[in-house]
Amino acid sequence: MKFGIVAFPGSNCDFDTFYAFHDVMNQPTVWLWHKDHSLKDVDCVVLPGGFSYGDYLRSGAIARFSPLMQEVLEFAAEGGLVLGICNGFQVLLELGLLPGAMLRNKHLKFLCQFVTIRLENAKTRFTHKGRTGQVLRIPIAHFDGNYFAPPETLEEIEANGQVVFRYTDAEGRLTERANVNGSLHGIAGLTNKNGNVMGMMPHPERAAETLLGSADGRVILESLMSRF
Amino acid sequence: MIDQNILDNHNLTRGEFDLIVRLIGREPNLTELGVFSAMWSEHCSYKSSKFYLKQLPTKGSNVVQGPGENAGIIDIGDGQVIVFKIESHNHPSFIEPFQGAATGVGGILRDIFTMGARPIAILDSLRFGPLTSPKNRAIMDGVISGISSYGNSIGVPTVGGEVYFDDCYTLNPLVNVFCLGLADKDKIFYAKTGGAGNAVLYVGSKTGRDGIHGATMASAEFGKETEHKRPNVQVGDPFKEKLLLEACLEVMEHDLIVGIQDMGAAGLTCSTAEMPAKSGTGLEIDLDKVPQREEGMSPYEILLSESQERMLIVALPEKVKAVREVFAKWDLDAVEIGKVIDGGQMKVRFHGEIVVDVPVSAVVDLCPVYQRPVAPPSEPAPASRRVHPVPDDVGRVLLELLSSPTIADKEWVFRQYDHMVQTNTMLLPGADAAVLRIKDSKKALAVTLDGNSLTTQLDPRTGGRIAVAEACRNLACVGARPIGVTNCLNFGNPEKPEVMRQFKEVVEGLSEACRAFGIPVTGGNVSFYNDTEGASIHPTPVLGIVGLLKDIDKVVTPGFKSAGDTVVLLGENKEELSGSEYFKVHFKDESGPPPAIDLAREKAVQETCLAAAEAGLLRSAHDISEGGLAVCAAESGFFSDDGLGCELDLDDGIRVDALIFGETQSRILVTLKPSNVEELLHLAGLNGVKAQIVGKVGGDALRIRQKGRDVVTVPVKTAFEAWKEAIPRYFAIHL
Repeated sequence: MKFGIVAFPGSNCDFDTFYAFHDVMNQPTVWLWHKDHSLKDVDCVVLPGGFSYGDYLRSGAIARFSPLMQEVLEFAAEGGLVLGICNGFQVLLELGLLPGAMLRNKHLKFLCQFVTIRLENAKTRFTHKGRTGQVLRIPIAHFDGNYFAPPETLEEIEANGQVVFRYTDAEGRLTERANVNGSLHGIAGLTNKNGNVMGMMPHPERAAETLLGSADGRVILESLMSRF
Repeated sequence: MIDQNILDNHNLTRGEFDLIVRLIGREPNLTELGVFSAMWSEHCSYKSSKFYLKQLPTKGSNVVQGPGENAGIIDIGDGQVIVFKIESHNHPSFIEPFQGAATGVGGILRDIFTMGARPIAILDSLRFGPLTSPKNRAIMDGVISGISSYGNSIGVPTVGGEVYFDDCYTLNPLVNVFCLGLADKDKIFYAKTGGAGNAVLYVGSKTGRDGIHGATMASAEFGKETEHKRPNVQVGDPFKEKLLLEACLEVMEHDLIVGIQDMGAAGLTCSTAEMPAKSGTGLEIDLDKVPQREEGMSPYEILLSESQERMLIVALPEKVKAVREVFAKWDLDAVEIGKVIDGGQMKVRFHGEIVVDVPVSAVVDLCPVYQRPVAPPSEPAPASRRVHPVPDDVGRVLLELLSSPTIADKEWVFRQYDHMVQTNTMLLPGADAAVLRIKDSKKALAVTLDGNSLTTQLDPRTGGRIAVAEACRNLACVGARPIGVTNCLNFGNPEKPEVMRQFKEVVEGLSEACRAFGIPVTGGNVSFYNDTEGASIHPTPVLGIVGLLKDIDKVVTPGFKSAGDTVVLLGENKEELSGSEYFKVHFKDESGPPPAIDLAREKAVQETCLAAAEAGLLRSAHDISEGGLAVCAAESGFFSDDGLGCELDLDDGIRVDALIFGETQSRILVTLKPSNVEELLHLAGLNGVKAQIVGKVGGDALRIRQKGRDVVTVPVKTAFEAWKEAIPRYFAIHL
């Protein structure tokens, strides 16, 4: 598997994501520059976290117009693997590759903390190394992570098994307190209908080494690295 | 004609004006006066503090760059250096908390990456008035939002710091921001020009009317009309700074430039004067070429604007094209606005005419240095006149202390900061010191910010010594040895002899302690005029000390690890109560002498802790500071994974409140496996340190006995809630 990490102006988890795939997991990894028009034959495109274009408008709203996004749209349409983390998730929503939108966190504060999320669907290209019901400890760091979608969309993505992660307590229970940003249905991560595009607010690249407090993020990294 | 009114508006004295006339051989025009006024402001010139700062130890075999540059540099081996510095942004943060604090972060980041280092951590020392006042809450909320908005966006983790509360900061909050960067030793850049003919490039944001005379504003007392100074506060754009950071590091990586300096306080003036002054050259610039955001700006405004996110770069003429290409890649302008000249003059053109023509040395180096009148040394602080009986229920007092904002949990603050980006943060904020691993090595860096202004108010010299000792103790608790110091000295109006006495004594105390620990001071910042409506803040030195851990596997954390571990107290308990948080919070008494400090004993205690950490003996270590032994033990439980309590039995025959809440210095509470205790006691013996087994970890309560008699029994859960919920409650947000 060859991974491509997209760098937008204002991306700030791009180095971390590159480091996690390239140095921690020892995978072939290349940089993809937002102004280019080449995906360099990668097998998986990763849109990292950060504040693309400063996010002075809606998060991710400007990055979606980057030249490279044309190729990402085509790549996704052909079934290519695309992972969006945090700001990358927001860009995927703005691109229309995933349904819904992000609102400000419920208490109107930026939140950086470890959270626990429950794996809802272990039959995806992004999660098959884990098991359904497993609780992962992974950090979040965002201001706009309060997932919103109209009722009919929620119904549809739930019915299709597109919801991959939900904020829960350490025992895997959905509680208001555990749903730190107020997301509808506690949604922390979801895929598109075809299962080849996933967005998640928690940062798996920050939980790839026990040295930093958790290696639970490897479930996602290792799933991507190995055959489905 | 320059009259008294104009001089007053520029914070220049008649004597200073006369000196300017002598130095340039004529009366300056208004623009030139503006240039001198900014560069000779207290903020830029250190004219009141220079004389005393000279005594700080600045040498050391690991020092690559001491005071005088944008930041200090220390060699950490393996071809790498750390670059670090602290800056105050107190005045702007009072006037406009969000932008004041945000641009404080932006400014210190530029100081670090100007030198070729990638910023890897931010820490802040914040001081506010009591949270019972809505105004203070609004200031604190604004400051934290400002820091978080800037640091989070640019992607530098805010990994720690401190937040204190005291009445003296009500009209004068302190916002001190520290930044640490990492660089390759052979890729350090300085503010130099090289020879005549080199090109001068302006890069970054356009210049607007924001922040004109910010440095001068920061060098005067505030009165009731302070709100009118809001236009003097700059507005930050972290996205622009992120682009600037990447572009600057890229031109440095490819060796495309000769020198670089950020435009911070005093803006274009400062960089245009300082770069040639340090290189023995002159500089000529044309203001018509400076990118401007607003129309009709005068030369005075362009030169003195403190618009953010701007840098001045000097490059060889043949490299200009390559520099511009890198900046274009990052969607930034790099505009050639002038050139380096021989002769030592700063020449500024505007609409074809020379509007400034002054010697750079006069502007930068010849500002008068003052030895302002110093009040005679005060008598040792008299013992408190009030006699306080021992409270009946010290357990209740413990809960009162845990829920007092200075001691209470600060998660509400630090979870608004991205403290994990860059994936190096090994200890979450709240520990004794922040610890960052260095990628591709076994090493880690530890950083702490520390200061205790009540101690310093009561006895400036002792307070200065304690500030250094405590910061080093914080590092010892995580297993790191101190390698370099920066400091931010926040004081009142230096024209008051009493303030100068405090300053002189604090600097002497700091100096003694740094010498005792053998650590070099590589720079810092002095913030005077922290007076509003005539009242000065407590003297508040804030120490930023960086430590090195040779082996990341030997990091020690403050939380208890497992039931059955033995608790050992390093150091001695004494009956010292005045100057403590306990006296301040419970009795509202801030009088009396602060705890004493013996630097030799302090060093021995730290050495014992470090040796034990390096030998892998320790399960946890936590410094005993505000709130004393009881708060220290409670926090060690809070930091454990499963709310572990402990049982302590102490046999000191002193007042029980002194025993558990007193802030006697040079004490560390450590835990370890019972089988390692003997080796620790042996190490302590070698260092001549008193070490006593005081109990064991376990249970779900904090129990403290004195000579077998129960004095405190508090469930960890109850204590934890008091500590955890105190600050959020003020902001009406429930966790």
